[in-house]
Amino acid sequence: MNLALTIVIDGVTYASWLFIVALGLTLVFGVLKILNIAHGSFYALGAYVTATLVSLAASWALPPAMSLVAMLLAAVLVAVLVAPLTERGLLRFFYGRDEVLLVLVTYAMFLMMEDLTKLIWGANPFYVSEPYGMFGNIDIGTQTYVGYDFMLVALAVVVGLAVWWGLNRTRFGKIVTAVIHSAEVASSMGIQVSRVYMVAFAVGIFLAALGGAFTAPMLSVQPGLSVGVIIISFAVVIIGGLGSIEGAAIGALIVGLARALAVHVWPVAELFSVYLVMALVLMFRPQGLFQRIQARKI
Amino acid sequence: MTLSALLLRALGVLLLLAGVGYALPSWMQFMLTMAMANGLVSLGIVLLMRGGVVAFGQGLMSAIGGYAAALVFLRWGVTDAVLLAMLGGTSAMLITAPFAPLLARYRGIFFSMLTLALSMVGYGLLVKTESLGGSDGFNMGRVTLFGQALADNEVRFGLYVITLVLTLVSAVLARIYFLSSRGLVTRAVRDNELRVEYLGGSVSQTMSLNFVLAAFLGGMGGALAVMALGHIDPNFSYWTTSGEFVFVAILAGSQSVVAVMLSSLVLEMVRSFSSAYFPNTWQLALGIFLLLVIRFMPLGLGSLWSKTEKPSEKQS
Amino acid sequence: MSDALLLHAQGLNKQFGAVVAAQDVNVRVKTGERVSLIGSNGAGKTTFVNMITGYVRADSGSIALGGTDISRMNPRQITRMGVARSFQIPQLYPSMTVLENMLVALACHENRLSTWLPAATSARVLRADEVLSRFSLLKHRDRLVSELPGGLRKLIDIALAMTGAPRLLLLDEPTSGVAAEEKFPMMDTIMLALEGQALTVLFVEHDMDIVNRYCDRVVAFYSGRIIADDVPSVALAQTDVRRYVTGERLPEDAPHA
Repeated sequence: MNLALTIVIDGVTYASWLFIVALGLTLVFGVLKILNIAHGSFYALGAYVTATLVSLAASWALPPAMSLVAMLLAAVLVAVLVAPLTERGLLRFFYGRDEVLLVLVTYAMFLMMEDLTKLIWGANPFYVSEPYGMFGNIDIGTQTYVGYDFMLVALAVVVGLAVWWGLNRTRFGKIVTAVIHSAEVASSMGIQVSRVYMVAFAVGIFLAALGGAFTAPMLSVQPGLSVGVIIISFAVVIIGGLGSIEGAAIGALIVGLARALAVHVWPVAELFSVYLVMALVLMFRPQGLFQRIQARKI
Repeated sequence: MTLSALLLRALGVLLLLAGVGYALPSWMQFMLTMAMANGLVSLGIVLLMRGGVVAFGQGLMSAIGGYAAALVFLRWGVTDAVLLAMLGGTSAMLITAPFAPLLARYRGIFFSMLTLALSMVGYGLLVKTESLGGSDGFNMGRVTLFGQALADNEVRFGLYVITLVLTLVSAVLARIYFLSSRGLVTRAVRDNELRVEYLGGSVSQTMSLNFVLAAFLGGMGGALAVMALGHIDPNFSYWTTSGEFVFVAILAGSQSVVAVMLSSLVLEMVRSFSSAYFPNTWQLALGIFLLLVIRFMPLGLGSLWSKTEKPSEKQS
Repeated sequence: MSDALLLHAQGLNKQFGAVVAAQDVNVRVKTGERVSLIGSNGAGKTTFVNMITGYVRADSGSIALGGTDISRMNPRQITRMGVARSFQIPQLYPSMTVLENMLVALACHENRLSTWLPAATSARVLRADEVLSRFSLLKHRDRLVSELPGGLRKLIDIALAMTGAPRLLLLDEPTSGVAAEEKFPMMDTIMLALEGQALTVLFVEHDMDIVNRYCDRVVAFYSGRIIADDVPSVALAQTDVRRYVTGERLPEDAPHA
């Protein structure tokens, strides 16, 4: 019983930050039709900026609660400064080209950002673990859980609802939905598609950086973070269905729980189980669990 | 050119490069060997690119070939380099063959993601398999060449020549294949699958075959790399490794095998010199280079000297 | 023209959601006939062509080619049975030369594609040149398809369909997109190329002058049903055909005063 609870809590915690990141990835694909390999790099960027801001806050002897503000600020900075630069300065030159070609462009971006982060922050790991203890510990049954993890779950729910509300209940959201269905038709109706692209990309990047910012206290911030994150995010969006919010949520839960199950019950399966599910989904239901984009299959 | 002219040219290149290689220092022979071994893996990607898909899973093929060769070396005492290379290629091919018809039906992003996922499944399995050394992998010793055990520096050169020969043979066979009916129909599949079916051709059979051939090349390349490195680990199957093979294929383009080998050499040189001279900027350089190629030379370096193809339009 | 039935479509029905694309369609085509399929857009001609070529499966009914039931076959199988089609928007291989396009068609027509024998064997090149010359395309043989104008592409599209020496040729709007003054010369070229080929031809056409001049029989579609099936002079004079296909304003349809 305890084991089941541990698995569920572990799984849901893992799924929370994964959902935030994957949501950004699926949003960018849904709107811009770009599967962004560099999405993980923006996650890493969020983590790195957080590390810098949190240590700054600490050196100014600011109250610990300010770390949360720092994390949010980090994500905003990345979204506001780096995203438009990337989208306007690089990606837009390749719009309309083959989807796989765009993946390769983002792969080049990933390579570049790996080194750029190394140039700015160096190759040594940063530890910014103080915020992790901010919410204390919670005892459930015989197990002790970290309060921060539950905060993450709450954050994921808030983010999910916010994006859902933004897409479905606001005027701009309706415009974005139009662009998702057909940029061409939207453009002919007078919608400024380039602006939608820029905003959607910025939001997607914000979510990646937010994921990185809020998980920074849980890991060591070092080169190579992006590599693991992007591949598992791909698994989530493929399983859930490209371009679908619900898909990102369900996909994240499936991946999180599968991983937690493996870690606690069958460690051998920890890594390959997720990708096996991803491969099986691609083979038997390529559109994912929540159909949005049609798979190109003969 | 005719077959005999092609063979003659290959022979000439072999003699030239073998001779040059003999004079080079050992570390350079190693670098060239790695460049060719990895080039073979990328050649597999080129085969599939000619059919219109980008395979992100050749890392898995090189891992299968590499592990197979290393295992056979350690457990069964097979030490001949050529035999191990062939074994590597064959094992990758045999494992892939049953899945090829299924995989051959996917296109675009879904094909790339599926091959990527399989590459990571391979990695995940290998990392957790303790009998294969887990995440550390394991070492293998010196190979023999045609029954001869050789001294250290002789083995380097010997392996270089073996790799060179296998690469040239693959290049000649690739050229013949590209000009064959199956090779021509592969290009047709990239341009317009619908019309191929309507003319009575089988897209599925064509792409399955390409997939199996690519697997062989990947496995053989992996086996050669393992022999040169003396070590294998699950990273062979990690997605970034697969990504590097794709990088080389994109850089080279799908028309010239020579371009593939040269591009592989470029990557190898950048990788080799980077740790000493520019550890924090070599990936940046590669990324910029890739962008420039995609933007300004979409057909790859090979298009600089083979002016036969134009970028294919998408049929509506 | 023999009396043997080459194509026999019986009782074909097809619905796409709420749209009835085919309703009890019956068509008989004798060997050697030149039959024209007419009807306004959405009348069901293309669905009919798609059903014959295996692109779409009928909900009910049967299609027999020379006695063999082809209702359940896919495009590849039907092509191997001797049915070839051209497309309204030419379906070609743009990055390859005209000759290479023809070689692909020839290679696909043979059942075994070789992995080592060259595609451009002298026998194949000879046959390709022969078909190309019948369409007056020989001078373009080494040019990239992507560089050629629309009219030539249409001819290449048909030439590709011809390489497999089919029994039944379906031409989907062969002169659409071609300038008015080019239509007759183009159809002359096509018909000349088909001469002596023991071919049965079905062609979808919108231009009634073409229909009148080049075919033995007209089958008219409207709303998924066949409303006329006769020689051109009779079929085109029918009231329904005039009303629904050729778009004439009939006196009896004028609003009553």
